[in-house]
Amino acid sequence: MRLISLILRPNFAPEKSTTNAIQFQSQVPFWRDERVLRIAAQVISAIVVIGLLYWGIINVINAAEQRGLSLGFGFLQESAGFPIGESDLPYDPSRSFLYAFLVGVLNTLKVAIVGVFFATILGTFGVIARLSSNWLVSRIALVYIEFHRNIPLLVLLLIWFNVFITGLPSVEQSIVLPGPIYLNQRGLQLTWPRLTPHGTPFVITVILAIVLAILAWVYLRRIQERTGRSTYFAFISLGILILLPIIGFLLSSGEPLRADVPVLSGFNFIGGYDLSPEFAALLVGLVTYTAAFIAEVVRAGIQAVDRGQLEAARSVGLSYSQLLSLVIIPQALRVIIPPLISQYLNLTKNSSLAIFIGYPGIFFIGKTTINQAGRAVQVIVLIMAVYLSISLLTSLILNIYNRRIQLVER
Amino acid sequence: MTTASESQSSLRPPEPPGIMTWVRKNLFNSWFNGILTIVSLVLIFFIVSGLIRWIFTQADWEPVLKFPLNYMVGQYPRDQLWRIGLILVMYSLLLGMSWRKWSGILGVLGLTYAGFLLFMAFWPAPVPTLTFWIRAALAANLGVIAVGYLLGGSRWISPRILLIAWFFSLLLSLILLYGTPLLDVLRIVPTNLWGGLLVTLILAIGSIVLSFPIGVALALGRRSSLPMIRVICTVYIEAIRGVPLISILFMSSLILPLFLPTEMRIDRLIRALLGMTLFSAAYSAENVRGGLAAVPYGQTEAAKALGHSNFQITALIVMPQALRAVIPPIVGQFISLFKDTTLASGVAVLELLLVGRSMLQSDPAYIRLQMEVFGFIAVVFWILSYMMSHASRRIETELGVGER
Repeated sequence: MRLISLILRPNFAPEKSTTNAIQFQSQVPFWRDERVLRIAAQVISAIVVIGLLYWGIINVINAAEQRGLSLGFGFLQESAGFPIGESDLPYDPSRSFLYAFLVGVLNTLKVAIVGVFFATILGTFGVIARLSSNWLVSRIALVYIEFHRNIPLLVLLLIWFNVFITGLPSVEQSIVLPGPIYLNQRGLQLTWPRLTPHGTPFVITVILAIVLAILAWVYLRRIQERTGRSTYFAFISLGILILLPIIGFLLSSGEPLRADVPVLSGFNFIGGYDLSPEFAALLVGLVTYTAAFIAEVVRAGIQAVDRGQLEAARSVGLSYSQLLSLVIIPQALRVIIPPLISQYLNLTKNSSLAIFIGYPGIFFIGKTTINQAGRAVQVIVLIMAVYLSISLLTSLILNIYNRRIQLVER
Repeated sequence: MTTASESQSSLRPPEPPGIMTWVRKNLFNSWFNGILTIVSLVLIFFIVSGLIRWIFTQADWEPVLKFPLNYMVGQYPRDQLWRIGLILVMYSLLLGMSWRKWSGILGVLGLTYAGFLLFMAFWPAPVPTLTFWIRAALAANLGVIAVGYLLGGSRWISPRILLIAWFFSLLLSLILLYGTPLLDVLRIVPTNLWGGLLVTLILAIGSIVLSFPIGVALALGRRSSLPMIRVICTVYIEAIRGVPLISILFMSSLILPLFLPTEMRIDRLIRALLGMTLFSAAYSAENVRGGLAAVPYGQTEAAKALGHSNFQITALIVMPQALRAVIPPIVGQFISLFKDTTLASGVAVLELLLVGRSMLQSDPAYIRLQMEVFGFIAVVFWILSYMMSHASRRIETELGVGER
């Protein structure tokens, strides 16, 4: 009973003054001494947890021995032996399992990053429509949001996949979007910029321009905030961002990039950047689904800004854009960022549903590996480790950003 | 005196706004909004007319219409369906009584439930397994709800008794479903014959009910003053929340059998349920922790001043207040669990989605009818989760959470 009581005491509860305990040390028997009990409770819980883990691991080892499975990670060096549908790295079946796994991780990251980008844009549009003064537009946004929030993502994904497989025309009759982008049963073929042999100076100047622009922004803005003198930080960093790449463009003899246009030859497109229907379905499904949740999160944040703030800003004569950028958005962001982080993480985790439509993400590669090589334990441990590190890393970065925003609070 | 009549005429309320005023104010208050309205109307027209045309003329609903029982209960033996009927009647009765005892929102839920059963009763296609008697029994549930509503007025049925009844109804329905070796009438129906919406609901309800106590324990552990316990709980919660559900389902279905001694064999459905429970516990814990944080610390201090022990403070003072604030997020969690049960199809648990997919493979002619089957499943999920989120919003306002 006392043990339970101890465990239940909240962390922030003020400690019982230790002087008491010292004073009565001689009278209190050790089984009622709080310091002894505290240690005992922790030791017991640690023993229980470690014991359970130990028991489980012993069982795994026994089961592995009985079935002749190996528990080492040595198999990762062996050749994988299965093809992968799409890969941004050069891949063929003779590569190792580890390499195949890397391809899977990259594929998952690709869909997650592109998905977060587009989901944010679509979600923003959703909020604008939802908060529109036009009743009809606001209702359409509401229907969109409620539609996506109440249907399992997996069902939506399967429907999208079906649309992309059966609803689109054959390769010969591709839908041509400006770009040109070709849309057909085999997926999307995009025109893609590729570096020419003398494009290196251009790339270097672009990277340099981005770094310098960020540095200039941060540094000059800090000066402006400290001295109150206008340093035109936005103009200066924009200037850097435009001028440096122009220099790079001229250095690489005016032709740093060339457009790689997909060309129809025979039954297939050659060239360009090829996106499979699996990728397209997964991306569209994740983006439309997450956008609905993002729209709700952002709406809640905007509506959490006190109305008085808006009225006060109007009465001091701020323009509408100033009102948005200086009053509403900074305050709404504080409310929006934490749930937004968890939506981004959800999108990343939901990209694991790729396995149901055959997009070669981590899970698909993992499951193929289990089918080919057995080793379920190691593969699942690996998959979970990858997801866990993605999640923890993302939340770490975004939490740092979040803390910076929250610090503004007065 | 003239001034009085003048002021009277000016004090008269303005004319109630006509429909044209409303349209002008909400749809055409600027030229931009006017264009938006027209564009939206055209868009709505094309979508709705296309949808109606597809539903009534182009779509072939055969894989849905022919097997309603498969979608509801899977391969559950057709001669044992009376057991499921009994469960339905039990819940009709409970819903009716609770409707009378508590609030209107249970009425909305009860009517949705009855509506769902009525739709099954008047299933728009002849199905040999869906006999007249089954249809009649399904339709009769509306009457049972009414009986429950009348019974609920009696003073013998107190809210406490109802709560206990709800709790035991879960156990009773499990016994009815699975059967018992003690009674010949209730022969055992192995879980591999269960399927469809039945399994979906078992997974969702089972995991939320089982995960809640674990979640409470984890939440209390996470704010414990003992660092070891705090670390263990925090690591568990964050690790589970950091990985996708499908990986936990894979673990519970592939690795869990290895973790246990070889003589312990666990049923596939139980393994999936276990995975979902372990997953859901971490989210329950965070919800409960949010509720605990909402209880002002003064409550604890006051209880301490009165000389209560930590156990008494937690169990009798902090927890009851925290749980009240926790109800809406738990309903939200339940809705997402309900939707997440579809992932169990990845580990070969025959829930609603997997039944749909196996229907598609049951006949070569059905393979191109994926849209129809998935569309039907989407509609089922939409109706059920929309009703639940609607109910949760009502509960939120009725409890007055966030209005202090």
